[in-house]
Amino acid sequence: MAKAKETVSRTLMVALVLSIAFSVVVSTAAVMLRPAQVKNQNLDLRSNMLAAAGMLESGASADEIEEEFSRFTVRLVDLDTGEYVEPSAVGVEDPMKYDMYKASSDPEMSTNILSAADKAGIKRRPNVAKVFTLEEDGELVRVVLPIHGYGLWSTLYGFVSLEGDANTIEGLGFYDHAETPGLGGEVDNPRWKRQWVGKQVYDDEFEEPQIRLVKGGVSSDAANKEHKVDALSGATLTSRGVENLVNYWMGDQGFEPYLQKLRQGEV
Amino acid sequence: MADSSAKQVLFEPIFSNNPIALQILGICSALAVTTSMNVTLVMCAAVIAVTAFSNLAVSLVRTQIPGSIRIIVQMTIIASLVIVVDQLLKAYAYEISKQLSVFVGLIITNCIVMGRAEGFAMKNGPWLSFLDGIGNGLGYSVLLIFVAFFRELLGAGSLFGVSLMPVVNEGGWYIPNGLLLLPPSAFFIIGLAIWGLRVWKPEQVEEPDFKMSRHTVKEAF
Repeated sequence: MAKAKETVSRTLMVALVLSIAFSVVVSTAAVMLRPAQVKNQNLDLRSNMLAAAGMLESGASADEIEEEFSRFTVRLVDLDTGEYVEPSAVGVEDPMKYDMYKASSDPEMSTNILSAADKAGIKRRPNVAKVFTLEEDGELVRVVLPIHGYGLWSTLYGFVSLEGDANTIEGLGFYDHAETPGLGGEVDNPRWKRQWVGKQVYDDEFEEPQIRLVKGGVSSDAANKEHKVDALSGATLTSRGVENLVNYWMGDQGFEPYLQKLRQGEV
Repeated sequence: MADSSAKQVLFEPIFSNNPIALQILGICSALAVTTSMNVTLVMCAAVIAVTAFSNLAVSLVRTQIPGSIRIIVQMTIIASLVIVVDQLLKAYAYEISKQLSVFVGLIITNCIVMGRAEGFAMKNGPWLSFLDGIGNGLGYSVLLIFVAFFRELLGAGSLFGVSLMPVVNEGGWYIPNGLLLLPPSAFFIIGLAIWGLRVWKPEQVEEPDFKMSRHTVKEAF
């Protein structure tokens, strides 16, 4: 008996039967659970966006998230011209399906950033970005823009939400990063994020984004305090990364052309 | 472990033969997933499920497995189960599965699972093997929960995400110990746990490999 199971043909047979049996188990699980997983992923993206916009109450149910999200219009913006583009231009039917982070690794759909200009440390920038706008009575009240860039250890992915004037920050948040817990990881701290509310991205000239993360807190009589946010204590490099990435995405390589058009009502 | 009764097989790994504390297996995931209790509990459930069912499956086919490919067969079984668990988590516990990220997949390489399949399930019946899987999973869990308890409480001032000691950054009084949120702190806690366990159960203390000889030469004076 012990000898019989050691023959080559038997070994092959056992390997074959087991492989088939377990591939059936694995593929069944993958196929059956797919719909639930896709639903989770979509929900995750929606709740990240709403959380950054400060419109998500903690403990909101899936339906509430869906309802709140449906008030927004999803649009694709050409970053160079600042104009909206049709989803078909990037080969999708539904703008929601467009993944700008996947596009940044596709040479056809992204641009190399010169290292001198690469403040956010992202190397490539997609040509088209996905933005979320909220209009009430035909008037723009909110626009939520995706931002990402390098901190100390990791790329931070997040959203910044601006008011209808395309200048005043209404919320900022990161949903994916791997900064040091307790130090750089405090970018998730609600108290820190609350400081961003009401800050101005641009000055009166509307040329360069002016956001600065400063050490030691922002006193009420500080000069240009409308552009300044208290840096994270013990996390100089993460703070610098956040400052750079916000300014990059609000700058002329990022959303500035689009925001300008928004302000002038051209799009 | 020749004549193992069901009760012994189930409860022995918890304190007397703990896979982490005595066998020193599965340390890597103990460092990675113990920053919060919620995440740890899900990881423990996943490991218990995988060790139990892989032991069961290996034990069921143990008489059929040719010796020359037995490790590969065990790996196939374990890997399949881990993928199924990963898919389940992504479908029903998405938030936590995002935090566990690669560590669910890495259960495949968790030495406890492989060790029990090879060391126990290949020689014992399905029922006993199943219990042995649960027992070892529990042993792993007890230590992980112990580590996570201290790491979350002292590192973030909370348990299960509920703030117990309001931290300074959120306007409270507790200055959290940042070290406890970083992986090395798990080493200290596991070390202390092993020490405590061996004080309680002195039979776990290993014989020293060598003894310092007496200092006989008088120097320097």
